[in-house]
Amino acid sequence: MTSTPLPQTEVLGAIRRRQRRSLLDRGAAMLLGAAAASSIIITVGIVMVLAIESSTFFGEVGILTFLTDTVWTPLFADARFGILPLVTGTLVTTAVALAVAMPIGTIVAIWLSEYAPHGVREVLKPALELLSAVPTVVYGYFALLFVTPLLQKLMPELPTFNMLGAGIVMGIMIIPYVSSLSEDAMRGVPRILREGAYAMGANKLLTALKVVYPAALSGIGSAYVLAISRAVGETMIVAIAAGMQPNLTLDPTQPAATITAFIVQVSLGDLPHGSVGYQSIFAAGVVLFVLTLGFNIAGYRLRKRFREAY
Amino acid sequence: MVTHCTLADAQDSAPSRPITNLLRRATPTMTPHEVGADPVTDQIPAIADIKVQLRNFGFAYGSNQVLKDLNVAFENKKVTALIGPSGCGKTTLLRSFNRMHDLYPGNRYTGEILLLPDRINLVAPDVSPTEMRMRLSMVFQKPNPFPKSIFENVAFGLRMRGVRDKARIREKVEQSLRDAALWDETKDRLHKPAYDLSGGQQQRLCIARALAVDPEIVLFDEPTSALDPTATLRIEELIDSLRNRVTIIIVTHNMQQAQRIADWTGFLYLGSMVEFDRTEKVFTNPGNKLTEQYITGRFG
Amino acid sequence: MRSIQEIVARRRRQDRWFAVLGVFCTSIGIITLIALLANLLIDGLGHLDWQFLTSFASRRASSAGVLAAVVGSLLVMLVTACVAAPLGIAAGVWLEEYAPKNRVATILEVNIANLAGVPSVIYGLMALSVFVYAFGFGHSILTAALTLAVLILPIVIVATREALRTIPRTIREASYALGATKWETVWHHLLPYSLGGIATGVIIGLSRAIGETAPLVTIGALAFIAFLPDPPVTGEFPFVSFSWLGSDFTVLPIQMFNWVSRPDPAFHHNAAATGVLLIAITLGMNAIAIFVRYRMRKAIQW
Repeated sequence: MTSTPLPQTEVLGAIRRRQRRSLLDRGAAMLLGAAAASSIIITVGIVMVLAIESSTFFGEVGILTFLTDTVWTPLFADARFGILPLVTGTLVTTAVALAVAMPIGTIVAIWLSEYAPHGVREVLKPALELLSAVPTVVYGYFALLFVTPLLQKLMPELPTFNMLGAGIVMGIMIIPYVSSLSEDAMRGVPRILREGAYAMGANKLLTALKVVYPAALSGIGSAYVLAISRAVGETMIVAIAAGMQPNLTLDPTQPAATITAFIVQVSLGDLPHGSVGYQSIFAAGVVLFVLTLGFNIAGYRLRKRFREAY
Repeated sequence: MVTHCTLADAQDSAPSRPITNLLRRATPTMTPHEVGADPVTDQIPAIADIKVQLRNFGFAYGSNQVLKDLNVAFENKKVTALIGPSGCGKTTLLRSFNRMHDLYPGNRYTGEILLLPDRINLVAPDVSPTEMRMRLSMVFQKPNPFPKSIFENVAFGLRMRGVRDKARIREKVEQSLRDAALWDETKDRLHKPAYDLSGGQQQRLCIARALAVDPEIVLFDEPTSALDPTATLRIEELIDSLRNRVTIIIVTHNMQQAQRIADWTGFLYLGSMVEFDRTEKVFTNPGNKLTEQYITGRFG
Repeated sequence: MRSIQEIVARRRRQDRWFAVLGVFCTSIGIITLIALLANLLIDGLGHLDWQFLTSFASRRASSAGVLAAVVGSLLVMLVTACVAAPLGIAAGVWLEEYAPKNRVATILEVNIANLAGVPSVIYGLMALSVFVYAFGFGHSILTAALTLAVLILPIVIVATREALRTIPRTIREASYALGATKWETVWHHLLPYSLGGIATGVIIGLSRAIGETAPLVTIGALAFIAFLPDPPVTGEFPFVSFSWLGSDFTVLPIQMFNWVSRPDPAFHHNAAATGVLLIAITLGMNAIAIFVRYRMRKAIQW
């Protein structure tokens, strides 16, 4: 029962084809691997750029001064380089945004996951996600020329540029970050846990708050943390609506610059590349990067843990 | 542990099967446990025409030894069924033939699976799994046609083998669909999505896809477990029609199915081949107590 | 018995009360979106005419237009797509299909998750130092496109991986069992079957890129551009030219930012008109993405 041997030419053809295929296979694997490695190169690039460019700055300004001085006036003749006013600006706008986004986003998530009928959820969830698709420069316009005038009707003494309006709009922008991720997390909670609660006579609200919310907590936590990271890094809304004056204050009705707004302000100006004033944006970038990196890693860990749980 | 398959046993239980012709030349078989130094010369005489042969074959996932020390031979162009309780390793064994385990990390083959007549060891590290898969075909537990047209599903294997000639591909597709008893139902809609077919039709399409490449062996992994009885019957008829044309190894959890379609049956238990013999012998006069308990439904 | 009835009644009230709260909170988001659109339309629609679309920037608000910004946005998006799509898809395929399940893969995964969360302005700083100065690309279309490509790379990678993940293992096994190599399996099966998800990711990424302002401000994009880049097609051999890649440029969001930052309210109307354009483009792209995903889901159901 031996099969008839193939003609010599066909054998050679098969071998050549085999070599070509395995070469193609290996070449493709290498190219794809190189593409994946590019993400590492980008990260390394970001870290290197921030390290090298800010080293010029830190050569002239001590790190202690940078972290403790309370005045940030790099563009003045007697320049002072204390990052604190920019940090408080960032923290205040972020706090306002979270005060808006966390409660609203969480309630929306619970409502979508536990109350809303299937069809309603399928429409409203993507509709809400459009909120995060709107370009931030448009939100800046909206904050400056719609929300702030509205707020000024309630608080007549509110200045044109203020952290409150910018923060509120930023909060609305990040609602879908909170609501969609939290809703995913809550819907991932096994049905059997809910049924357990219902079987004991709990209503939807009790089930949601006492069973589903705690069970999905690490997923919801990751949503919060990613929303924080998003708010800290948001640039255009605050650059347009919160003003560009560094201002060491915790009062959200005041104008103040954030770290990101300061970077935009210097980029818009005509400082020469290499001057201390110019290099200060990289120092500000380092602070921003470290802040967001911390939140991002925490968010990633939480999400990972949530995914492992179920 | 001894099972003797004598000429008389086989002839008594299946006088009409053509395989008995082969057996007239054969001497009694022995179980793997009885095999001496060289299983090839000791055991094989029962099967005159061997297609594939296991020699001390074993398989492990990480530290979990799933199959151990298997010594069996599969007859050329006959149907061999592998039965056994779930978790016994029968699917693992089947997927060793076409090196499916290579797709996932942590696999370790030991021993040999010799493909005859060229005696190439399928599981040797230097043998390319892709090339072995070119010579063997597989039909899976659930129908898994590609989300392409019926025609493209059958033609894919040919294209992978470098066939460019359109007329040749058309001819092979038609032939394979005819072989899979699907031609009449699909000849008018070859370019329609394969997903429009029913489950049973999809499985026959997968069989056509497997046959199109002129495989030396077709591996069936519980091919009817997702199908209704009517569709199952058609698949069994199909497998029966392929007897004497291609070597078939089929994993089944359904003992009636093994009895209906298989020339040979191997009973696996805890990763060992407890019994391997003619189907009639295994089901009417098993040589091993475990086999007898299993086929009479006392466990598994 | 009465007390149980009371408890049940109270809990039912709680549920109804929360349902109202949920609808209210959801509508805050939706109403804001509507208010934002209405605000832009009221302020800007009157200015959004043919003259506005075909004029360059100007000192006078009434005669200023977005021609340079529209062309700039289109060209930048074109290059961004050409860079980000192949790179992101390739990286996604490698991570999902090729990557060994070891530390390297974990590091890459964490890395991409982090990149997705890096503020866009940081990408601008990186691009300023690397593309503008180190590579000497200047404030060009090429620099902008590379910056945005890097920015949306994680989006494309994640979308590719998720699309590949929905393909059942048995489809891969069927392909391998027929003798296909890994690359043949990817090329003939996995990529075609995940095309819908990947396309959705690329479109979402581009819609994000087209609205990005901060990184382009950082690399020094100008708002006042009164010329168009060189045309990509020339009358002489070899008929195509890439000199436009090195051209100065402006894009819609930069133009809008410039106008909204001016104290003169007349320019705010121009900003609003640009905002209408931007929103129409981004929401339109999102709608296309949703539609593509919907169609693909209907076409292939595993």
